[in-house]
Amino acid sequence: MAETTARARPRPPARPRPRYVRRFTLTERLLHWVHASAFFVLLGSGLILYIPSLSTTFADRPLIKDVHFYTAVSWAGAMLLIALLGNRRSVLRTIREVDLFDRDDRRFLAGHTSSPQGRFNAGQKVNVIVTAAFATLFCISGMLLWLGERNTDIRLGGTLYLHDALMYLSVVIVVGHLYLALINRSTRHSLRGITLGTVREDWAAAHHAKWLDATPAGDAATTPVSDGPSP
Amino acid sequence: MPASLPPDRRQSPRENVGARRLGRAGFLGLVGAGGATLFYGKQISSVTNVVTKPFADATGLSRIVPSGGWRIYTVADTMPTFDRATWRLRLDGLVGRPLELSYDELLALPKAEQVSTFHCVTGWIVDGVHWGGVRFHDLLASAGPLPAARAAHFISAEYPYDDYLELSNLALPDVMLAYEMDGQPLLQEHGAPVRVVIPDMYGYKNVKWVERITLVPRVGAGYWEQRGYDVDAWVGRSNGYG
Repeated sequence: MAETTARARPRPPARPRPRYVRRFTLTERLLHWVHASAFFVLLGSGLILYIPSLSTTFADRPLIKDVHFYTAVSWAGAMLLIALLGNRRSVLRTIREVDLFDRDDRRFLAGHTSSPQGRFNAGQKVNVIVTAAFATLFCISGMLLWLGERNTDIRLGGTLYLHDALMYLSVVIVVGHLYLALINRSTRHSLRGITLGTVREDWAAAHHAKWLDATPAGDAATTPVSDGPSP
Repeated sequence: MPASLPPDRRQSPRENVGARRLGRAGFLGLVGAGGATLFYGKQISSVTNVVTKPFADATGLSRIVPSGGWRIYTVADTMPTFDRATWRLRLDGLVGRPLELSYDELLALPKAEQVSTFHCVTGWIVDGVHWGGVRFHDLLASAGPLPAARAAHFISAEYPYDDYLELSNLALPDVMLAYEMDGQPLLQEHGAPVRVVIPDMYGYKNVKWVERITLVPRVGAGYWEQRGYDVDAWVGRSNGYG
């Protein structure tokens, strides 16, 4: 019965297939995911080293220390290699964009989240800056902890405090980041951009209007673009 | 919202009006402020602890994370376990009568108690730790130290951890071999059943899981001293501090 009524009605206009625009290069996505996975390995191994009740469950502290240390070394090496061997232009473009805060960005940070934004909104820019600064400080304090165990002249009283405080602040930031990327309805489409590289054009128009306007038409592909590796 | 906006509904491209390079300033500011805590972290933490410690205590968080509390450092791939029936403490070296004490024999010695602060050489501090244990003159008296004995070599069940202390330092009024912490028998991760407590020296001198004390003519290099730490580990006056 339902079929007959459907047939009797005029056909609804074909829903236009969504258009997609490329937001992130493969290099940018690799940098993101190497950083993200290293963060969680470092957080897990770090918490085992840090929380007393875990010290008896995972009693092999020297092994966990090695996991923590060599994950950090591999992270730094991988990030450098990806940035140098990958699409350097896209990395530099990201740095340039994150560096610049225009009037709309400042209005966004003041609470006017409807003010038009570029490829990164002002909150995302702050997130990138804080993440980069924290990664730098994690590296410095971590190296000092590692070296200080070998040469007591390099000991600084606040090293451990800095490393711990960065961990607490990072966890808060990551929880917020995961909420916006996975749960919050209006922003979670961005997960597609950082995994497949492309986002829906209408979503980009709503959230990143200035970027979409500045994007050459050739970059906007009709229907889901092939998700093979991008330059 | 339509899947794609018609061109006329798009906003005209805007220039970056009033763009300023604030990103690099923010990055450098954060790194600078973080770098400063390397030098002032202790003072900052004593301020932030005023806020975070009551919160951590109230939420039960302080039982999980070491907010102004203990961290457990070990050097071996397993943690020594304690069996009350078979555990023995050996006292030997430059003594008249080498002997082995059972856990119950140790508890039968005169008990001392104290509240002291624990300092780790890596910078963390635990205030107001309540220790219960035995003073070294009571412990060593039964073995009868020889006049040539000048130092004690503490050997941990956590192989190969060991360290030395001069007998004159063992005679300080707040030095003990502790078997209780905060009213409870010492927990495994704190060195069960017995550890050295010498509050004026950094934690690495406070040997955990002590199973043998050998009296020797002079102090030697223990586990961390072989790796560059100071033999005299006075808090605030050694290991690059003070």
